[in-house]
Amino acid sequence: MKPILEVQAISKKFRIHHEGVPYLSLRDKLAELVQFKASRKSDEDFWALKDVSFNVMPGESIGIIGKNGAGKSTLLKILSKITPPTHGKIIGRGRIASLLEVGTGFHPELSGRENIYLNGSILGMKRKEIDARFDEIVDFAGTEKFLDTPLKHYSSGMQLRLAFAVAAFLEPEILVIDEVLAVGDAEFQKKCLGKMEDVSNNGRTILFVSHNMSAVESLCTKSILLKNGQLHFSGSSAEVIQQYTNLMEGSLLGNTGTIQLNLNDSSKPVRKIELLCDGKNSSSAYMGCRLEIRVHFKTDEAFEAPVLGLIFKDNQGIPMIGINNKHYVGNLATQPVSEGYISMIIPYTTLFEGIYHIDIHFGNAFQDIEVLRDCFQFTIEPMKFTTSGEMPDKKINRLFIKEISWGLNAK
Amino acid sequence: MDADKKDTYYEIKPKIAFSFNLRELIEYKELFYFFTWRDVKVKYKQTALGFLWAILQPLVMMVIFTFFIGKSMNMPSDDMGYPIFAFSGLILWTLFSSGITNAGNSMVSNAQIIKKIYFPRLVIPISSILVSVFDFLIAFIVLIGLILLFQQPVNVPKAVIYWPAGLVIAIMATFGPGCLLAALNVKYRDFRYVIPFLVQALLFLTPVIYPISIVSNSWLKYLLAINPMYAAITIFRMPMMKTVPDASMIWISLFSGAIFFLVGLTYFRKTEMYFADLA
Repeated sequence: MKPILEVQAISKKFRIHHEGVPYLSLRDKLAELVQFKASRKSDEDFWALKDVSFNVMPGESIGIIGKNGAGKSTLLKILSKITPPTHGKIIGRGRIASLLEVGTGFHPELSGRENIYLNGSILGMKRKEIDARFDEIVDFAGTEKFLDTPLKHYSSGMQLRLAFAVAAFLEPEILVIDEVLAVGDAEFQKKCLGKMEDVSNNGRTILFVSHNMSAVESLCTKSILLKNGQLHFSGSSAEVIQQYTNLMEGSLLGNTGTIQLNLNDSSKPVRKIELLCDGKNSSSAYMGCRLEIRVHFKTDEAFEAPVLGLIFKDNQGIPMIGINNKHYVGNLATQPVSEGYISMIIPYTTLFEGIYHIDIHFGNAFQDIEVLRDCFQFTIEPMKFTTSGEMPDKKINRLFIKEISWGLNAK
Repeated sequence: MDADKKDTYYEIKPKIAFSFNLRELIEYKELFYFFTWRDVKVKYKQTALGFLWAILQPLVMMVIFTFFIGKSMNMPSDDMGYPIFAFSGLILWTLFSSGITNAGNSMVSNAQIIKKIYFPRLVIPISSILVSVFDFLIAFIVLIGLILLFQQPVNVPKAVIYWPAGLVIAIMATFGPGCLLAALNVKYRDFRYVIPFLVQALLFLTPVIYPISIVSNSWLKYLLAINPMYAAITIFRMPMMKTVPDASMIWISLFSGAIFFLVGLTYFRKTEMYFADLA
């Protein structure tokens, strides 16, 4: 049997313009002509993917994992024919559909019914297929009462359910899914994962990008791990997840406690992240320290009310703390901002010793603009806080409470 | 097994050999319908006058031109009533001007979709031109009404051929520059500002409100005939004209329209692969 997808030495180069936007203005072009010498010396080539090859057999489900910026999204975009590779080629032997986003093309002015047809046809469904599946889609989404209401009056959760429902009824031979499951409530996520498992059990091929390792493990038999645009490791999902965990161990913060994200993409405003322990940049902290996280951002247009959300997860990926400034103190800005940083300070950290991972959600008052999942990790070093000098078991403790009074009432 | 899979075999390579790939466009024919339908719906949703907007603009323009140019300047109008002359020109002109404006901005305004899903990119500018065609068809009904009202004689057998021909030529004439501007606008956002200016300037270079016969300099006449809309408007008016227009000028205009068509289509096809990276 021949592979349904043969990815042969795919590379993709992007040109980064350090001044501003990816598109050109005619003035630059004209200036280049006049000045003869290229004035754009600040341009830089960036290889988002380099020499990536793998095969996918019919019916296989492949997980694609890697850190932010490893090239996962670029790979999916090439597989979906959205952007061409710079080198290499892909041979496909099946109808492919991709789901890089849910609700692509949804229009707020149109009704739920109209959006089902519009979105379905953009995703490549024929009108007849949508007609035949219409009731099932509406049923899956659970929005039958609002079918003729304009989408703008839907809650964001309802919009999402409707979008998922359309996507869930796509029936291609190869389905490419980006991390779309990360949003939505847990119950609906489960329903979608279940639906996707049905899809793969029906002998369909799935390529699945996710940061949710348990989803990858349950859905995909094999996985590939990307690192800096290259294929780092491929094998069974369990092995690859192990490799990924090892990869994440190495501190991303470096010795200076900062991460520079200098991709000049205006849709990704987060530029730098800093961790500070007792006011000093550091890649680690200790129990009880004054912990500060600074997220530097820059956008093309000034906007009101920047919101920073942080999720602290333990080493198993279980969320422990989820906070944002909107809930705590509301708007931080007195006027629209386009550049700066938001800092979050915990005066006395009650995290127990261990390794913690941080998700960063950066956005405005209404929505996330950029989400950095497992953006970085840091270590909390032990500090003796008990009077006996003994420490509680670190296997079962994630948080500590310094002041606890114990008493005994003996009879 | 491989034989019946032939339909779905495809390759993704850095530079696909240049082709117009008509087969793929036909495969996605429903998407033309859905995009056009979306734009028409959204355009007229929440407007009190709805479809009336499609006729109001050319109608008001016609009244203004009739009073200020037709009546007070005694503008000749190829032997037909000036209101009919102006209105027939204006509805085709509106098709062209709104067509290239919408097509020119279409790739940028649909950037979110382009970045997330593949389909033949030509669907987007063509659909936005089809929206203008839809408006034209509504305005055309008004033209028939005006013809009856002003008792404008019409050569009916000629009209059956020349009216659809004029429409098709106008669509073709819109398509070329529309696609060219759409592709250029993705790469150079300057064209956002070029389009309105271009549309305004071209109105005066097109015999919409004046007949080309008032241009006495024959060289200038031929220069004006390079405008692809010249042929569309002249052919469209022919069933209502007593005089026969200069055939050589129509040929020049058709030829130039064909060139624009090919240049626009070729440039669009050559650059469309990179739209997602630039948009």
